[in-house]
Amino acid sequence: MKLSIINGHLIDPANQVDAKQNLYLDNGRIMAIGQQPEGFIADQTIDASNLIVCPGLIELSAHLSESGQHHTASIASETKAAIKGGITSLCIPPDHDPIIDTPATVDLIEDQAAKAGHAHVYTIGALTQGLQGELLSEMLALKQAGCLGVSNGLNPIQNTLVLRRAMEYAATLDLTLFINAADPWLQSQGCIHEGMVSSRLGLGGIPEATETIAIARDISLIEQTGVSAHFHSISSGKTIGMIKDAQDRGLPITADVSPHHLHLSEHDIGNYDSLSHVMPPLRSTRDREQLQQAVRDGVITAISSHHRPLDNDAKLGPFAETKPGISGLESLLSLTLKLVEDEELSLQQAIANLTQHPAQILGIDAGHLSIGAQADICLINPHSESECQPEHFISTGKNSPFNGWHFNHDVAYTILNGNISYQKG
Amino acid sequence: MTHHQLTENGQLKHFLTIEGLKRDLLTEIMDRAEQFSSISGRQVKKVPLLRGKTIMNLFFENSTRTRTTFELAAKRLSADVMNLNINTSATSKGESLLDTLHNLQAMHTDMFVVRHSQSGAAEFIAQHVAPHVSVINAGDGCHAHPTQAMLDMFTIRRHKQHFPDLRVAIVGDILHSRVARSQIQALSTLGVGEIRVIGPKTLLPADSQTLGVHVYHDMAAGLQDVDVIITLRLQFERMQGALLPSANEYFTSYGLTEDKLKLAKPDAIVMHPGPINRGVEIASTVADGPQSVILEQVTHGIAVRMAVMSMALGSHSEQQETSA
Repeated sequence: MKLSIINGHLIDPANQVDAKQNLYLDNGRIMAIGQQPEGFIADQTIDASNLIVCPGLIELSAHLSESGQHHTASIASETKAAIKGGITSLCIPPDHDPIIDTPATVDLIEDQAAKAGHAHVYTIGALTQGLQGELLSEMLALKQAGCLGVSNGLNPIQNTLVLRRAMEYAATLDLTLFINAADPWLQSQGCIHEGMVSSRLGLGGIPEATETIAIARDISLIEQTGVSAHFHSISSGKTIGMIKDAQDRGLPITADVSPHHLHLSEHDIGNYDSLSHVMPPLRSTRDREQLQQAVRDGVITAISSHHRPLDNDAKLGPFAETKPGISGLESLLSLTLKLVEDEELSLQQAIANLTQHPAQILGIDAGHLSIGAQADICLINPHSESECQPEHFISTGKNSPFNGWHFNHDVAYTILNGNISYQKG
Repeated sequence: MTHHQLTENGQLKHFLTIEGLKRDLLTEIMDRAEQFSSISGRQVKKVPLLRGKTIMNLFFENSTRTRTTFELAAKRLSADVMNLNINTSATSKGESLLDTLHNLQAMHTDMFVVRHSQSGAAEFIAQHVAPHVSVINAGDGCHAHPTQAMLDMFTIRRHKQHFPDLRVAIVGDILHSRVARSQIQALSTLGVGEIRVIGPKTLLPADSQTLGVHVYHDMAAGLQDVDVIITLRLQFERMQGALLPSANEYFTSYGLTEDKLKLAKPDAIVMHPGPINRGVEIASTVADGPQSVILEQVTHGIAVRMAVMSMALGSHSEQQETSA
């Protein structure tokens, strides 16, 4: 299959390209940029005159089927949703069903993903057996099976001795540790940010210190053990300074944020809107501004949907009894580029945060459009004037608080391995 | 945000929270309650306002007193009343809250009076009932207890004429109190001059001042020159969650005694939503003393609930007439 994409506005932050360029793909790889190679006869040509051409998006953490749930969501349905969202690679955290703590589970997931064939699927292995926070998992075996890193998912490790040793062991194997930072005790009584909205609605609050305490503890141990670490889904403005300080001291620490924390705040919960029930919780408008600033400043270098597809029943009930989570794969791109429209981010920076940077965090050869690179590409229509309609999501999870939002940027084509795998109808 | 409690022409349809309701409406509730309270003194205590209507008391959490006054109120309005205590029986069978609701609605209920342990449960139910059904919140988690707040306002109005001149102190576990949240909103809406909350930091909500109150941790300072003292019930499970060391120490700091009462204005009234823990949040001598209006509150509960029920169901029949 030979594909040419002509006249597009090519944005490839990894190679510092931001210009009108043609792309020529052959055999699943990028063959040439700019001039058409001699003798290249395209089987198909996409005229990208009004489109942005960038690397396929890379999602750092997508829950595809959760343990203990009747999962209607599957790897097939969710990777197809990813492709519609311009995402060509995604990473599954270990709190999957089954928990990713043995090589057999990694093989099973890779098998299912290969059969579905919609997107590249990577895994993060469990840091401790069964994510129980007590015994180390067989990290070497998980690494050899293909896990890109280790994590204890949404189950924070309480025992600091276990955490320290797990970090040392991961560092020995050169595995990156992915952390959802939360103090389990402070988190246990709440379901939304502790502040004026929790006080008004009479809902249990999760104080800011839930995140700052966990991050302070983790940074101390990262410094001592030398492990590379990535913090998922930062929610509080206060933690940004702590992360920046650690980065300035040379510690190998990166962080991501979700589009919902960049766009929403505690006030969006309104009158108990369970669609805005997420973990970590939406915090104050000040936190939201500080998170946007941290992305501009490069303290936070990746934007990740933290996709969590839930069936309708999971969101039906009194707020505290509903499950937290947002189905985010299909709105990741539009929501991130909405920040460009709002002049919060530059287009180059936004795209780097969705492509080049997450690839670097995961340590995979993706997220760039170099000659010879795998041809995973996203074509964006910057004048789409579409509306977010969760009921039309391909994902089995229709749980999105962005229903009815207007988007100017939308995915026009997704190219996976040099083939058009999605085209906007 | 709370306009869904009202019909298009501003009539009460549901009564879920005080938040968002206008002063006129709160005054109308109290004025109606005033009319109904005279009925209670009559030989025949019934009026036929809600004849043929079916009201279901849906209590997912136990309460004898609140349920009884709602039941009496409905009966005095000539409605048919069903009491359902759904502690865990339905949910333990795996039936969801919505399933329970839809089943009961299929019995042609006109109104649900709902008490539930989760904040927001009444709002949730109101969002999912059929359009002709009214929902009255009889207490949802730590969120709201609007009829209790209105009977408290009614009681205050009976003793104190002009709300803007008043200084009101609410003492105790504000954090977990749906009563306090609704009282604060009602007092604000009625233009009360100063609302104070008094309690230890463990029992006050985060950013309390955003609720429109002055925060005191010291009882003596907080009670200075107030016209109304509302003491809240202290749940004993608060000692389990490391919120307080002991009931004894709480009483020492925040229990309302005769000595502390002297700090308030001489004609201050003492209120309590009940049931009382004597010697924990209030001394018996104060609870039974001349400044206490605690039993009056209970009596007023019936008239206020009659007012709210008749207004909510009355607005429906008007609607049906206009649409017919």
